[in-house]
Amino acid sequence: MTKKIDLEESFLYDRHVLEYIHRASEHGLYDIRGLGAKRRVPNFDDLVFLTASASRYPLEGYREKCLTRTVLGTRRAKKPITLDIPITIAGMSFGSLSANVKEAIGRAASEVGTSTTTGDGGMTQEERASSKTLVYQCLPSRYGFNPQDLKQADAIEMVIGQGAKPGGGGMLLGLKVSPRVAQMRTLPEGIDQRSACRHPDWTGPDDLTIKINELREITDWQIPIYVKLGATRVRDDVKLAVKAGADVVVVDGMQGGTAATQQVFIEHAGIPTLPAVRQAVEALDEMDVLGEVQLVVSGGIRTGADVAKALALGADAVSLGQAVLMALGCNSPSYFDGQEQVDVSDEYAKLGTGPGYCHHCQTGLCPVGVTTQIPELEKRLQPDWGARRLKNYLQTLTMELTTLARACGKSNVHHLEREDLVALTVEAAAMAKLPLAGTDWIPGDPPKRES
Amino acid sequence: MESLELESIDLQKLSVRQLNHYLHHEIGTTSPSRVEILNPNGLHNIAVGLDAPVRVDVRGHGGYFLGGMNRQARIVVHGNVGWSVAENMMSGEVQVKGFASQCAGASAHGGLLFIEGSASSRCGISLKGGDIVVGGHVGHMSAFMAQAGHLVVCGDAGAGLGDSLYEAVIYVRGKIHSLGADAREEPMAEEDYATVGQLLSRTGLDCSPREFKRVASAKTLYHWNVDADQEY
Repeated sequence: MTKKIDLEESFLYDRHVLEYIHRASEHGLYDIRGLGAKRRVPNFDDLVFLTASASRYPLEGYREKCLTRTVLGTRRAKKPITLDIPITIAGMSFGSLSANVKEAIGRAASEVGTSTTTGDGGMTQEERASSKTLVYQCLPSRYGFNPQDLKQADAIEMVIGQGAKPGGGGMLLGLKVSPRVAQMRTLPEGIDQRSACRHPDWTGPDDLTIKINELREITDWQIPIYVKLGATRVRDDVKLAVKAGADVVVVDGMQGGTAATQQVFIEHAGIPTLPAVRQAVEALDEMDVLGEVQLVVSGGIRTGADVAKALALGADAVSLGQAVLMALGCNSPSYFDGQEQVDVSDEYAKLGTGPGYCHHCQTGLCPVGVTTQIPELEKRLQPDWGARRLKNYLQTLTMELTTLARACGKSNVHHLEREDLVALTVEAAAMAKLPLAGTDWIPGDPPKRES
Repeated sequence: MESLELESIDLQKLSVRQLNHYLHHEIGTTSPSRVEILNPNGLHNIAVGLDAPVRVDVRGHGGYFLGGMNRQARIVVHGNVGWSVAENMMSGEVQVKGFASQCAGASAHGGLLFIEGSASSRCGISLKGGDIVVGGHVGHMSAFMAQAGHLVVCGDAGAGLGDSLYEAVIYVRGKIHSLGADAREEPMAEEDYATVGQLLSRTGLDCSPREFKRVASAKTLYHWNVDADQEY
């Protein structure tokens, strides 16, 4: 007779772990994949707003203005960036994404009045031409990095780390190193390209100070300089970035995506965005630069509610990566060929996955033409269609953001505050240092004395 | 700026910011095509981001990033330099008459960096097409991840030379302490002798190309695992 324990799955060695061990035993290689962490971690869904009631006065949802204007880089740059909305597009490389996708992103961002960002691979002319406000990344690899493009940029982002792989460099597998990508990166076509994880010309924070000054000198102190950090030791790193002279600090939580890296990185390095925002804000406060140095938060921002919560916790703006790709059709069962939707479920199946589960950006075989360099696949995402989709998505986020802000009685989304939020779980309450809903208990805070 | 009309700029009187503004916006148009910088005293970011066919003489020692992102200009340093001289240079020439600290010529895309003395560690790191000639020795991990261009070392090379090289080629006249991952010594071909000879002649160094060894990538790291058909 079969006992229940004979068919009971081990908690420690469940099917996922068994499959991992069997695969590792077969190939002797780690898994590389795209996108971000799949595991559940405390996140913005674990917070809710205390919108207005008798004790607070809401604004009329459809008639009263709620401002979304956002200014970044006010500390030392002569020309800070002014955006219409506090939702920006994160750095994603030409190489990981097609030129069509970069163009669509630039056009959508320009239409809604926000910025987009280059990536590991340099600036394409399509991207510069289509983007009203373009942030130029300075990455450890320095692929395609040059002073001409630097002088065309509206801001510079010094990338120290990325939420998906803090402490690690980028990867671009051979299938995506097309002739154009190879030429831009000064690499042989078709090789598996490994980006450096450290900058070639500076190391510690003291050097960073000098490096930032070099970039300012070259650009005549005109444009803002961001410093992007993968969220690990957030409090220390934010303070060092501020001390080094950053105008804007970008903190990317562990839910942030990537074109490709080792899975062990994606799931096991860095801290979630939720505690990262809180630590970053505390660091800025302790340095007495709140409002002077702006904070941009990224890593798993998906909805207008996520944006509103990040702003309420103290961010000045958010940055989106994976969600942008999804707006463009990532993980959709079909693509639009200009006349109708074309089902590509079979192509997902060939990759060993399906729409809704795919993370095979690293292969370059994206069935919907987003993360590819193969011309036939790239055609599946046309800039017109993509720009319209992304514009709609960003517009939706902004409407949701202002809806929540108005309901909290705010006439400006930047007036959202921590007092507007409570947490639904003990973990989220501890990480965000917010009271657990329905209580005045903040885990970790000293107990209040009875008066 | 009070000394616009002068060829000599004294960094005891003007800031680096004023100097660079002058070099970016006024030189080559209304100003002379030759500029002398006095009293650099190890200051950082001297003459960065130049984009004009001018000659700049730095009379003394420079700090970090001297000549960074240079285009077209010929910069001569009559002294030593700190970290990352001529980093990300695109074209032109930077000459250091003394010694250079770490990361000299990092990620240079073009141009010639000539260091008459020795260069410290990571010389030519991430090189992307520029040429570097070092009259003395280079420190450890030089030409790390160098992608294109040439590093010519007339003296010895430290440990881990050419680690993770791509298509850049290294020529060493003296001893090589050790090679880095995927770097290997290869026979010199006539083309190599010609390349070394041409670079040496540009610097005026008196060495024979026949004395040099060639180090290049073995290309075993270009693909992770071909047998596994990238199933990783």
